[in-house]
Amino acid sequence: MENMDRRRQPQNPQMRAPVYEALEKLKKRRVVPFDVPGHKRGRGNPELVELLGEKCVSLDVNSMKPLDNLCHPVSVIREAEELAAEAFRAEHAFFMVGGTTSSVQSMVLSVCRAGDRIILPRNVHKSVINALVLCGAVPVYVNPEVDKKLGISLGMKVSEVERAILDNPGAVAVLVNNPTYYGICSDLRSIVKLAHEHNMLVLVDEAHGTHLYFGENLPVCAMDAGADMASVSMHKSGGSLTQSSLLLTGKRVNWEYVSQIINLTQTTSASYLLISSLDISRRNLALRGKESFAKVGRMAEYAREEINQIGGYYAYGKDLINGGSIYDFDVTKLSVYTRDIGLAGIEVYDLLRDEYDIQIELGDIANILAYISIGDRIQDIERLVGALADIKRLYSQDPTQMLNTEYINPTVLVSPQAAFYAEKKCVPIRESAGKICSEFVMCYPPGIPILAPGEMITEQIIEYIIYAKEKGCSMQGTEDPEVEYLNVLSDERQVWK
Amino acid sequence: MELWFSDYHTDKVKVSVKVEKQLFGETTDFQRIDVFDSTEFGRFLSSDGSIVFSEKDEFVYDEMIVHVPMAVHPHVKNVLVIGGGDGGVARELAWYDEIERIDVVEPDRVFVEACRQFFPDNACGLDDPRVNIYYEDGLRFLRSRHGEYDLIINDAIDPLGHTAGLFTKEFYGNCYRALGEDGIMVYQHGSPFYDEDEESCRVMHRKASHSFPISRVYQAHIPTCSSGYWLFGFASKKYHPLTDLDAKRWNDRNIRTWYYTTNLHRGAFMLPRYVEDMLEEEEGRKR
Repeated sequence: MENMDRRRQPQNPQMRAPVYEALEKLKKRRVVPFDVPGHKRGRGNPELVELLGEKCVSLDVNSMKPLDNLCHPVSVIREAEELAAEAFRAEHAFFMVGGTTSSVQSMVLSVCRAGDRIILPRNVHKSVINALVLCGAVPVYVNPEVDKKLGISLGMKVSEVERAILDNPGAVAVLVNNPTYYGICSDLRSIVKLAHEHNMLVLVDEAHGTHLYFGENLPVCAMDAGADMASVSMHKSGGSLTQSSLLLTGKRVNWEYVSQIINLTQTTSASYLLISSLDISRRNLALRGKESFAKVGRMAEYAREEINQIGGYYAYGKDLINGGSIYDFDVTKLSVYTRDIGLAGIEVYDLLRDEYDIQIELGDIANILAYISIGDRIQDIERLVGALADIKRLYSQDPTQMLNTEYINPTVLVSPQAAFYAEKKCVPIRESAGKICSEFVMCYPPGIPILAPGEMITEQIIEYIIYAKEKGCSMQGTEDPEVEYLNVLSDERQVWK
Repeated sequence: MELWFSDYHTDKVKVSVKVEKQLFGETTDFQRIDVFDSTEFGRFLSSDGSIVFSEKDEFVYDEMIVHVPMAVHPHVKNVLVIGGGDGGVARELAWYDEIERIDVVEPDRVFVEACRQFFPDNACGLDDPRVNIYYEDGLRFLRSRHGEYDLIINDAIDPLGHTAGLFTKEFYGNCYRALGEDGIMVYQHGSPFYDEDEESCRVMHRKASHSFPISRVYQAHIPTCSSGYWLFGFASKKYHPLTDLDAKRWNDRNIRTWYYTTNLHRGAFMLPRYVEDMLEEEEGRKR
């Protein structure tokens, strides 16, 4: 028997999906459940079965010996993680079930302790700064250049990173976005080399970069660039279920310690829907990722050409590359500059949804971003392009009325943790200039803070927030849901410099 | 042998046709296409399991979507047919000598080839020298056209399937732009009867009535369509389908039809109360 089983093992180990196989096996055994979850394969909640389907609820099971345990994997989850590590060319891979937020926070918490300095670009996701609130580390921001016309933050120039490293020789790590939401990449290989020369680790937020590990002619991925940790949103371009993610580690990192950090905050009831979706998606990417992402790239390039032909819109791509702040561009991202037709990105975003039944990923002050993925078809691309042409015909306005967006260099006066926990008071936003903010203000998406705890509020920032609100951006992070008021530090003597 | 083809009109209603023989079956980049012979409906073609047309009732549809606008618009020279790769619409258009150009845009080459092979009586319409076939996506084709056409016929039938892009606001908007200043667009309006079809029917009228100054709906009885009751949309920049109907001119042409007459033309715009109410509700809706 054993011999036969062995012969049936596929040649390429990446064709296996250990968690998925274990779930299938368990199903065939028809085990009588006297454990959680209490819906008992859905029988106790017929409405849920109606909504999600029998197959789905029957997979919603508890950790048990045949299925391993995410908190301490020793069998099938361990094997699945090893296969993921191999596919992503990492030393170790962790399956994460708290979104890429949990991956990013685990990276930061694994390398930073209270008072440590970490070098990072200002256009980080809020999860990074949240991790700083949790651990008490202090951000050293590298000014990402801003494209004046597009109004988006770019990558970090190597020379800027070097200056930050030399100014902060004791910093523990450098964090890099690879790529940014909009598809822009820094020179990751050089940054890794530089950081390692100064005994700093490199953490990479690859929330928008799963495909970099599998596609061709794409920017370099974190593990290939020699980075030490990377957070990979499998559920974005990788195709797994929402909230599932991967945390990858390299040679210089003690993965057992990282595992302890993860378990500080991770659930002990991890969902097998999420875990198995990671397993299956990894297999799919390893076997078919190259051709899938070639197709995604072709669709995005086609869409760019067609949108640029409409006139008035600017769908940007590799033409932006400048060797420094835009070292490379991820061609699978379809970002479009809309202000020349007199509409803010967020206005086009709303029109697409309300008038054309098209939901895109985000709209900011000057751009929209449409997410193209392995699930798209060319006829859907035609709809998007057709709708943009129609929006220009029906809604375009005089573009001179629009606010110019510029990078607002933050002045960090207090550590995020100190500011977050400090005594605070609530003031009307218009009267908050010159005060120190104790909370986040951000547009979501993209979830990049306009203000973070510990930063000085300026007239320029207030004007930007009010303008973004007027244009219909969804503002988040503040205690006041309307963002009419901001929480600021009541005692400004807490400022450390 | 007993072989039945079932067409699901809703997930709880199906219409089954006894099939003598399957002649063709292929999955293309766009759809699954099958061709069958049956006793009751003759030869019929299905797309993704739903009947597109049959020999027995295609005349209703092809006549109604062509002759209604042609009896209204006084001088049609350039016509665009979106979808319509079977050739039935082009065949009806070929009756009109004043038409100079018929552009047929059909993304699925396999569909056209299957129709040429199995439905020569329809496909002969594509052999008219005025016909140009473009194997392209309809939306893409429209994007570069401005004020070129007197008549656009949207022959796509499924607002939820692979032709969903031809039932959208951007489609109506792009058609508006591609039409001349007195242009007419006619389109499949679906069936208003079953609950699950009603919403797409409403949405279509809402979009068309917001894109065109004149937007009316007319009806026909087509047994292979959902519930057998089918609507067409008539969206126009200038001509009204009833007040601008020139019955004498059309009748003088002596076109041999089996369904359409100028009397029926007027009647087709007289809708049941429940359909009228539904359409009026959508016209009143805020943009």
